[in-house]
Amino acid sequence: MIEISNLSKTYSNEVEALKNVNLKICDGDIYGIIGLSGAGKSTLVRCIDLLEKPSSGTIKIDDIDLTALNDKQLRGKRKEISLIFQNFNLLEQKTCLQNVLFPLTLGSHDKKQAIQKGMDLLSLVGLQDKANSYPSQLSGGQKQRVAIARALATDPKVLLCDEPTSALDPQTTTSILQLLSDINKKMHITIIIITHQMSVVESICNKVAILSAGTVAENGKVDEVFSNPQSNAAKKMVFPEGFDDIINRKEQKKFIRVVFDGEILTERPIIAEMTTQTQTLTSIFYASTKSINGKVYGSMLLSVQNQEQTDKVLDYLHSNGLIAKEVVFNA
Amino acid sequence: MLNSDLMKETWQVVATQFPLALWETIYSTLIATLFAVLIGLPLGIILVIGKKDGIRPLNPVILKIIDLIINILRSVPFLILLVVVIPLTRLIVGTAVGTVASIVPLTIASFPFVCRLVESSLNEVDGNLIEMAQSVGASPLQIVWKVLLPEGLPSLLSNLTIAITTILSYQAMSGIAGGGGLGKVAINYGFYRYKYSIMLISVIVLVILVQLIQSIGSFIARKCDKRLK
Repeated sequence: MIEISNLSKTYSNEVEALKNVNLKICDGDIYGIIGLSGAGKSTLVRCIDLLEKPSSGTIKIDDIDLTALNDKQLRGKRKEISLIFQNFNLLEQKTCLQNVLFPLTLGSHDKKQAIQKGMDLLSLVGLQDKANSYPSQLSGGQKQRVAIARALATDPKVLLCDEPTSALDPQTTTSILQLLSDINKKMHITIIIITHQMSVVESICNKVAILSAGTVAENGKVDEVFSNPQSNAAKKMVFPEGFDDIINRKEQKKFIRVVFDGEILTERPIIAEMTTQTQTLTSIFYASTKSINGKVYGSMLLSVQNQEQTDKVLDYLHSNGLIAKEVVFNA
Repeated sequence: MLNSDLMKETWQVVATQFPLALWETIYSTLIATLFAVLIGLPLGIILVIGKKDGIRPLNPVILKIIDLIINILRSVPFLILLVVVIPLTRLIVGTAVGTVASIVPLTIASFPFVCRLVESSLNEVDGNLIEMAQSVGASPLQIVWKVLLPEGLPSLLSNLTIAITTILSYQAMSGIAGGGGLGKVAINYGFYRYKYSIMLISVIVLVILVQLIQSIGSFIARKCDKRLK
């Protein structure tokens, strides 16, 4: 379990990047930390791994306070937390296998065993045939897979992912998230994902914290937070185009958020099919989707008339493999 | 008639003087480079890792002193340095004249240059890689050996090539104050004895040497760079 208590970070130029952050991340969680740029996400990652010293507060991993350790103890403890970076951070002059083995070469190790482990990890991420390739010969998604294999080399308890998919296209994003989710289930590794993309949180996280201006605006189970956003920061996430319009409306409407993750083919008129088959009058309140390789990615905010229609629409969308949730709006 | 005499004479000087001069130029350049790297490389590493936000911050006063010494040595013109370090050269080599003796001023003139080149090569290494290494528990020394030096290697090799060619030109200059090699031949025959053809040939040989070093250096640097392939 990771317990972050009263964590604050103020830079020397008086910028308060984090203010009194409290988070509890349980073993086995896939915990999303979402925020817009400037919310303090990167500072939070760097503080959790003590790459940056917090100004105050504690970070406990299984009741050991990282902030109280000296440099050498910290180096040992860091092996339990592995970082995954937005820009992969692979050594350009080393092969994929050498990159995966990098964390192992820092301590005493048996060379043969290490290579075996490296190959096993590369096959886990589906890149055993790239063992002797250099990073420059790989695509972005493949680079991130190598980075994930490297992160697993030290048998960590926690994978701390800093915008792991922000440099990737939506299709590759889906496959990387699938891989992370598999790792979480098969290897029982706790995963923390820092991101600005709601779709990332919705597709694999079970819990989420919304970070806004250096503080945790809201946290809890993903379903609950996104379907019933309380804080302004959370509402901004769910209603990206602003919510003034909703407040000004007199009539009671139901909102449904749909996430397209590449399950639906672009040519399929899914919303039209839904309205005819469920006999509901659905309007599109907000939509941001794009077609990549013939598949739809993005999200929509639909509004329907009443509870009965809401249930029908949700049923239809769920049966088509889409992530859809009712959103309650509290003015 | 006159022309063929001149050619004969020139050829004689080339045949008797050049093989030894070429050898002297090459070995004193390479040995001076070796010493310059032995001193300049660690100093460059210290300047990079020891800075305030480096991986092993050092006392800023020590860094400032190293920086100052390097700047001073780099500002002194080589010809003046050549004369100024004569007592030191006598102390180390026993004499201030000759090819071996010229290695001392060559090293002193070039290690600050090498240090700056190392500094710039290592600063080019992506800071995110250093952070990655720290996050998996690498010590500062391991970061130097396993990240900074290997990742900066192509750049270090290109810069080493620049250093060798610069030291070669210093070496030729040392001919004016007791150093051996092609520079000495050019000055003694070409300048003092008005045999301009000898001076010209010396310069041509030096140009060919620089071309060769640059081509080989660039080739090796390219060969060992695993990016962009």
